[in-house]
Amino acid sequence: MDFNDTPEEAKFREEARTFLKEHLDAKGDKPLRQRVDGNEFMRRAKEWQKTKAENGYAQITWPKEIGGRGGTPMQQVIWNQEEGKFDAPTGPFTIGLGMCIPTVIAFGSDEHKKRYVGKALKGEEIWCQLFSEPSAGSDVAGLKTRAVKDGDEWVINGQKVWTSGAHYSDYGILLTRTDPSVAKHKGLTMFIVDMKQAGVEVRPIHQASGGREFNEVYFTDVRIPDSDRLGDVGAGWKVAIVTLMNERLAVGGSPGPDWGEIMAYAQQAGTMSDQAFREKLADWYVAAQGYKLTKFRTQTALSRGQTPGPENSIGKIITANHLQDICNSAIEMQDHYGIMTDSDRMPADAIFQQSFMWAPGLRIAGGTDEILKNIIAERVLGLPQDVRVDKNVPFDQMKSG
Amino acid sequence: MNFDFSEDQKFLANEARKFLEAQCPMTAVRLVLNDDDVSHNQDVWKKIVEMGWLGTAIPEEHGGLGLGMLEVCVLAEEMGRVLAPVPWASTVYFFTEALKLAGSDQQQADILPKIVSGDVIGCYAASEGPGNADASNVKTSFDGSTLSGTKIPVTDGDVATHAVVLAKEGSGASLVLVDLTGDGVTRKTVQTLDPTRSHAEITFDKAPATRLGKAGDGDALNTELLDRAAVLFAFEQLGGASRALEMAKDYALERYAFGRPIGGNQAIKHKLAEMYVKNEVARSNCFYGAWAVSTNSAELPEAAAAARIAACDAFWFASKENIQTHGGMGFTWEVDCHLFYRRAKLLAVQAGAPKVWKEKLVRALEQKNAA
Repeated sequence: MDFNDTPEEAKFREEARTFLKEHLDAKGDKPLRQRVDGNEFMRRAKEWQKTKAENGYAQITWPKEIGGRGGTPMQQVIWNQEEGKFDAPTGPFTIGLGMCIPTVIAFGSDEHKKRYVGKALKGEEIWCQLFSEPSAGSDVAGLKTRAVKDGDEWVINGQKVWTSGAHYSDYGILLTRTDPSVAKHKGLTMFIVDMKQAGVEVRPIHQASGGREFNEVYFTDVRIPDSDRLGDVGAGWKVAIVTLMNERLAVGGSPGPDWGEIMAYAQQAGTMSDQAFREKLADWYVAAQGYKLTKFRTQTALSRGQTPGPENSIGKIITANHLQDICNSAIEMQDHYGIMTDSDRMPADAIFQQSFMWAPGLRIAGGTDEILKNIIAERVLGLPQDVRVDKNVPFDQMKSG
Repeated sequence: MNFDFSEDQKFLANEARKFLEAQCPMTAVRLVLNDDDVSHNQDVWKKIVEMGWLGTAIPEEHGGLGLGMLEVCVLAEEMGRVLAPVPWASTVYFFTEALKLAGSDQQQADILPKIVSGDVIGCYAASEGPGNADASNVKTSFDGSTLSGTKIPVTDGDVATHAVVLAKEGSGASLVLVDLTGDGVTRKTVQTLDPTRSHAEITFDKAPATRLGKAGDGDALNTELLDRAAVLFAFEQLGGASRALEMAKDYALERYAFGRPIGGNQAIKHKLAEMYVKNEVARSNCFYGAWAVSTNSAELPEAAAAARIAACDAFWFASKENIQTHGGMGFTWEVDCHLFYRRAKLLAVQAGAPKVWKEKLVRALEQKNAA
């Protein structure tokens, strides 16, 4: 038992580091609170993606024929770890390359693959995923956006929501309802949609946290050629499952301040002697270690060429609640002062206050706590699915609200 | 990254599981539960001795298998799954480790081979009253050749042949080795929440004893011994917690209410998912503890504390919610849930309660930050 790379892994890590050093600044070289201009960030992101693609680091596990490296999942993990140590602008491509393009590869025609894969890989085109709707979140198969066939085209009307990156995306994969007269999972169809065409309107969502990182997308009489359909008519759910299965192996760190930050604050503020705080701090340390070390176990399976166990499914349940709890405690430690949010004035640049408002969203995004627990209960422990009263009911006769 | 047990160690786990499921079923645990005069399951103990497991981490020169702490961790988890009603933890995690840590060549040569052969059963005597027993508050004293005072409760104190005792010596504390079959030792069995493991009150009246290590090293040795034992206990707790989750899951699948298995209700599903999360957090922290104890890492204090805290939490939660999942059946003597609930509590206090370990952990983090 150890934490070492195999000789092959060490060699790849060294290659990756050398390459990264040549092209990027290490994290922390620049002041953190520097405001980054959106356009400038996107320019840098596209440039970095192109550099990665040209040097075989863009999608390490993809076959070489489609521009990947033909590498192992462990190499992808190592790359992500090393890239994470640098000031790498990676965000805009995560969903496209991680979820959308693998779906295009699995279900698209040869023309689709020729047209879209290379450009996405090189960062020339950005993709988004259009699944969730105002009345279809956890139960995404209950979506209402309609696609109606008209000759060789489909006419799309409806609304999507919580679409990351819709405002800068060139294309999206769009899950629609093509047949409301059958049960909800059976009447869905997936398309590739050009996000820049008329009839597609992207509006930022004003989040509870105050920010506007996500969008709602309205489709009004948007036309999609039948040739841009992914999978069979009515087989959209099967296609969507493939998209969701392709979510990248989570290797990121904690999404905000962790035990180390709140401990540093407590030491500076002179509140370490509070016994109740000390016990909570111990619990946070144990949970954070539990999450970090569980990822090590997953990586160990990958490194040994095995399929990882289901243990990685505990991740977001731990981290989101953990973040919320730590931020709450940090604010209460500051007492009345803690209600303020001015980052120039507040301890730790107000990171606790910012993350306090972000944490509720994290507990919902990408699977709510409740859905994630259902998944563990059903897929890991083998407990029965919930009663599905709508399972065999035609969609247009279903209750909704 | 190689953060898991090796194929050989997994093979050992698998063999141990098969062996213990066959040799130590719940009926073997209940033999001890149901009879106040039975201290431990002697048949099971004899078979464990025959397997050579007591010598897992004892060097070959002393008759052991000469394997490492990782192998002991593997076996500890399996012992925890079956609630093994034998003086395994006392003998292996405490007594053997104390001798390895601080025993002289002579003491080791005298005793270690007898542990392997089953002629010596060991125990560790620290507690004297309510509250955590550390070197600063024990009253039992050692005068260089004899020991006097009372230890209560001592897990396996009534079946052990020998004890390692935390005692005052002069102005400090020492670890002391004493033959419990010798003069000046009186033992009385005491009742506990976990009757599947025996406990005693031991009174020493000028009992002949020898020191382990140097005079005054008791505090440091006790701390190090507990760090090592905490990791092993954590694996045993993890085994119990894993088994409790399996029991709850199996019952949730077979018990019908309102026309379907109760495991189809989210209140049950989410409870069991939470058990799973806690168990995996414990497992990952246990692995880290195993790595730290097997490599004598400087990070052992944090790693051991984290493993212990996570494992105490996991077993407590799994054992109490296993009863809850079983409903009324779970509150009967005949269903095994309460045995896990009882064992969870014993293991959570036997090597220092979670509160004590949380304080140790935060102190270790503070020291690290200061360094």
